[in-house]
Amino acid sequence: MSTELEKIESLTKKEYKYGWITDIESDSLPLGLNDDIIKALSAKKHEPEFMLNWRLKAFKRWQQMEEPNWAKVDYPKIDYQKIRYYSAPKKKKQLKSLDEVDPELLRTYEKLGIPLAEQEKLAGVAVDAVFDSVSVATTFKDKLSELGIIFCSFSEAVHNHPDLVKKYLGSVVPPTDNFFAALNSAVFSDGSFVYVPKGVRCPMELSTYFRINAADTGQFERTLIIADEGSYVSYLEGCTAPMRDENQLHAAVVELIAHKDAEIKYSTVQNWYPGDADGKGGIYNFVTKRGICKEENAKISWTQVETGSAITWKYPSVILKGDNSIGEFYSVAMTNNFQQADTGTKMIHLGNNTKSNIVSKGISAGRSNNSYRGLVKISKHAENARNFSQCDSLLIGDKCGAHTFPYIDVHNTSAQIEHEATTSKIGDDQIFYLNQRGISTEDAVSMIVNGYCKEVFRELPMEFAVEAQNLLSLSLEGSVG
Amino acid sequence: MLEIKNLHAAIEGNEILKGINLKINAGEIHAIMGPNGSGKSTLANVLAGREEYEITGGSVRFKDNDLLELNPEDRAREGLFLAFQYPVEIPGVSNSYFLKTAYNEKRKYQGMEEIDAADFLMLMKEKMKLIEMDQALMNRPVNEGFSGGEKKRNEIFQMAVLEPKLAILDETDSGLDIDALKIVANGVNKLRSKDNAYIVVTHYQRLLAYIIPDFVHVLYKGKIVKSGGKELALDLEKKGYDWLK
Repeated sequence: MSTELEKIESLTKKEYKYGWITDIESDSLPLGLNDDIIKALSAKKHEPEFMLNWRLKAFKRWQQMEEPNWAKVDYPKIDYQKIRYYSAPKKKKQLKSLDEVDPELLRTYEKLGIPLAEQEKLAGVAVDAVFDSVSVATTFKDKLSELGIIFCSFSEAVHNHPDLVKKYLGSVVPPTDNFFAALNSAVFSDGSFVYVPKGVRCPMELSTYFRINAADTGQFERTLIIADEGSYVSYLEGCTAPMRDENQLHAAVVELIAHKDAEIKYSTVQNWYPGDADGKGGIYNFVTKRGICKEENAKISWTQVETGSAITWKYPSVILKGDNSIGEFYSVAMTNNFQQADTGTKMIHLGNNTKSNIVSKGISAGRSNNSYRGLVKISKHAENARNFSQCDSLLIGDKCGAHTFPYIDVHNTSAQIEHEATTSKIGDDQIFYLNQRGISTEDAVSMIVNGYCKEVFRELPMEFAVEAQNLLSLSLEGSVG
Repeated sequence: MLEIKNLHAAIEGNEILKGINLKINAGEIHAIMGPNGSGKSTLANVLAGREEYEITGGSVRFKDNDLLELNPEDRAREGLFLAFQYPVEIPGVSNSYFLKTAYNEKRKYQGMEEIDAADFLMLMKEKMKLIEMDQALMNRPVNEGFSGGEKKRNEIFQMAVLEPKLAILDETDSGLDIDALKIVANGVNKLRSKDNAYIVVTHYQRLLAYIIPDFVHVLYKGKIVKSGGKELALDLEKKGYDWLK
């Protein structure tokens, strides 16, 4: 055992690959939060009045709310008056092509391995790149608009499609939903907006890369995806953030609405700066993600690979309102060093014959803590609801923790609920077996972990699955036990 | 090929190997026999580099290397292969992916280019015939849900693909029915050449009826107490081990 410990000690020094600061002149508001800041923010974005009022109302409610403390995470108190709520790269004029984008910005993307210029040609992925708070480039828009699909930044949607925004914004996650959702509603800067019209199958994966830059900027993304009757869309969200000493707050809200016979597939690969090996720095990721299967036969599927952030507080959920609707949650959450993750899902069964499927794979290494927290709720009127949950935990080393908090709340006797949970450790005999075939210990651990996550990776779009595997291997480097 | 001199090894403070001397040349097959607890599996694991064992004395040369200085993966890349007595399962990792990785690690080590998936598939198909391996097993996760016999056959299949210089078969015959035993032995005989060598660790003579050893060594209480030709195995089968104690 002592050799195992030595290995952990000796290998836990791995620098965050994506840590650097891009030097771009920022157009920022002063630190702190009050009505004036919100008005200034809204004015900067030239928002219509309904949007400003919505924000101010949310802010009022937020001031009356308390920060939640029930999650199994521990962090110093956040001073919300010391955060800058708006920061945008200075934009000279409307950009028509990538040539007009700040070359420094483009270099940043290249370091991240997502050269936009190439993305256009690649594999039919349209990228709406969010750099700090304002979308700087949107590709493939023409192609999508031919089909009537709207894929744009949230700010654009507020201007160009106010009726859709008014109708759906806050309809799944109301501003009063929770502390962080209220904060987001008051100060959200930008994000993505997707509308897929009736009967349209979106021909490409829609993808957004988020990136936090500019010191002390909390990022408050707002994403709204609507799949109208009989439509289909697959959306990918991928994230990296530069290295930073102070903790940065990130409180996003994602709302999904699937109408009758519609399907939304939402995939995330999250790789925000987790803090250094001593637990210093790192992103606080307090996200509210929820979808509603509004009418019958709708389907919403969340797939997430979470490797980053100092603290993750995140429960992508599905409200199964329509009869025969389906909710799915596939998750890999990896924590290393001093990371803390409290993540899981909520499946709320309201309609008849609704089904939900949960596969959660937690991996803990270093001194990290990884918790699965899930709720399966079957309401009184939901006949023949089905749920299957599988929660697996994998431990690497002996200083980390894995916890499972499944909540099951059933009010209808016709429901069928299954829950399976396992906890395992990577065995020395497995590592030795792979060593004996010429595979190094680090590669062996990576192979074993990737095998363990296979059920989730299978749900990711092909190119994303590869990225996810690389990311996991990267996060595992230096965690070998 | 391999030269073991006065090798001592212990686990958790208990000395298991108490001065092993053994020289193996290319082209030879050596059988190591002995009663339970005599140190046969320990010897196999020590040669492969399992960390739980502490080397308390002696030396091992493998080709031009001090074997004991190499980490387990480099021993493998140098051409030392252990067919495990109890092959482990690796859930979610397909047999073919695992084996392609292993194969390419070895190529990289030798300064050769990595082989792509299509070429590797061809290689696998050719080797599968040798061991009469079912293709379906290739796409399943490593050893997961394999029967005891399938696991052992999978070990020999891996050996066929990796083409080691020195292969150690640790009780590969245990858990095999007679048909599977013949297939495994056949595979070994086909892979055998003047350039490679085998150490066959076994309790019983029955495997040695199919894989004919050049030398038989009897391990008892951590020492080789008797060495001889293939007829020694037959003697042991008749007389047991007691006469050697």
